[in-house]
Amino acid sequence: MATDPLLDVRGVTLQYKTKDHLVTATYRVDFHVFRSDRFVVLGPSGCGKSTLLKAVGGYLNPVEGEIRLKGHEVTRPGPDRMMVFQEFDQLLPWKTVKENVMFALTATGKLAGRSAENKALEYIAKVKLSKFADSFPHTLSGGMKQRVAIARGMAMEPDILLMDEPFAALDALTRRKMQDELLQLWDDTHFTVLFVTHSIPEAIKIGSRILLLSPHPGQVKAEINSLPRQESDGDEAKALEQKIHTMLFADEVEEEAEHSHG
Amino acid sequence: MADTQALRPELYRDPVDASHFGVVEKPLSTWERIYNVAAVRKIFILVALAAIWELYARLLNNPLLFPTFTSTIEAFVQGLFGGGLLGKAWTSIKVLLMGYSAGIALAALLTVIAITSRIGTDFLETLTSMFNPLPAIALLPLALIWFGLGNGSLVFVLIHSVLWAVALNTHSGFLSVSNTMRMVGRNYGLRGLSYVGRILIPAAFPSILTGLKIGWAFAWRTLIAAELVFGVSSGSGGLGWFIYENKNQLEIPNVFAGLFTVIVIGLLVENVIFRTVEARTVRRWGMQS
Repeated sequence: MATDPLLDVRGVTLQYKTKDHLVTATYRVDFHVFRSDRFVVLGPSGCGKSTLLKAVGGYLNPVEGEIRLKGHEVTRPGPDRMMVFQEFDQLLPWKTVKENVMFALTATGKLAGRSAENKALEYIAKVKLSKFADSFPHTLSGGMKQRVAIARGMAMEPDILLMDEPFAALDALTRRKMQDELLQLWDDTHFTVLFVTHSIPEAIKIGSRILLLSPHPGQVKAEINSLPRQESDGDEAKALEQKIHTMLFADEVEEEAEHSHG
Repeated sequence: MADTQALRPELYRDPVDASHFGVVEKPLSTWERIYNVAAVRKIFILVALAAIWELYARLLNNPLLFPTFTSTIEAFVQGLFGGGLLGKAWTSIKVLLMGYSAGIALAALLTVIAITSRIGTDFLETLTSMFNPLPAIALLPLALIWFGLGNGSLVFVLIHSVLWAVALNTHSGFLSVSNTMRMVGRNYGLRGLSYVGRILIPAAFPSILTGLKIGWAFAWRTLIAAELVFGVSSGSGGLGWFIYENKNQLEIPNVFAGLFTVIVIGLLVENVIFRTVEARTVRRWGMQS
């Protein structure tokens, strides 16, 4: 492609320490995210995909390789990369929905006063929570909390929105609805999103491009294009799902076979 | 399996409209509603205790050992409007507020040091485990040598009684702030004091409030005890001195009135001030039910 990538992840090896181990989470991972991509990182648990997202968020520095956003090396967390977490406690409980979204804007010095309030209300309306603008987070359902977190991330209009399995803790019905809503929001503003998930159907539905990671430690297995949006439910989707499944779990079957022989 | 599936037809039904059932919601009876108010139940207990006190004192009929409830109230009212009980209480509260706020300020300083470095954490943990079990009143003789007879000594022991409880609770509150919330704060680029003030303190507020309540109770107890021990400071004593003085003059109803004042102030602070703060903060935010 002619344009430079928005996010350039090059040869990134990540390690973190637990109490008695040094764990390598990913090994020499490369990928590029371009503007308005819906880039999905997909892999089984233990493939280091969340760690990778945290590294892009700046919470963790690679031991090898580099992460560049618009050409600048990522070294620490910042509001140009807003995170949406899986956990419901990512909203500050002492602030109302509106204040939570506004706080992101004012704390970072992006906007102040009335303009921050207007921006917050605009994005709260986008996630259809205008009626709850003055409610405290503990009165909201899980899905609503995640919508507030998405509104907060989008209101900041970051270069890239980082989503760490944001729908994983929701029930199946709410999750489908949230996926549709996220796509509608994308139609609206064409934001760039880096989305981590372990669900193959979710990756196909949400993603425009999918990065597959193998487990222990995470290495790039493939980087493939997802299907056009209208086909994400049909037979082609089934076939793609099967293909991804085979790629991700082929090793595991071999391993199991080895174990049973040994 | 396949057979039963074939035998059983599929069912489709429309839910009945809510107006067709009898009771959906019914208000509770008046008595049930009154009984549900915690204040009413507590007042009932207080009245019962007062009645038992009155009855027992009358049976005992020895005002020197155990005056009746009514004579205590009488002494209390008299003390309020002429005996200088209010002034004495104010003297105590003034000293208390000085010690309490100084204790909180020091606790804030210690916890901020503790969260910024590992050695700071160790420092706070060592100090709290050393000094928290040490009763403040045990330091009074030493304080008298260092600061002399006066408010200085009182404030010193008060700081000791507040500092460790508040620091310990605040620090453990900071430690229990969830990782997600910390990451959210750092995502906004908050660092240093603005991170502590805008994320950690509100997130740890339930623990901090507990610390403040414990600190307050410790301080109030310590103050009255310290006043009993050394009494008059700079001409006008506090409540502890009032109790001590009246005991010497065998004005037992006044002794009871003094104790009564100590209890009333304790109840007011706990049930009015702290309860209000709780209702406006942690309860409203759903951080405590």
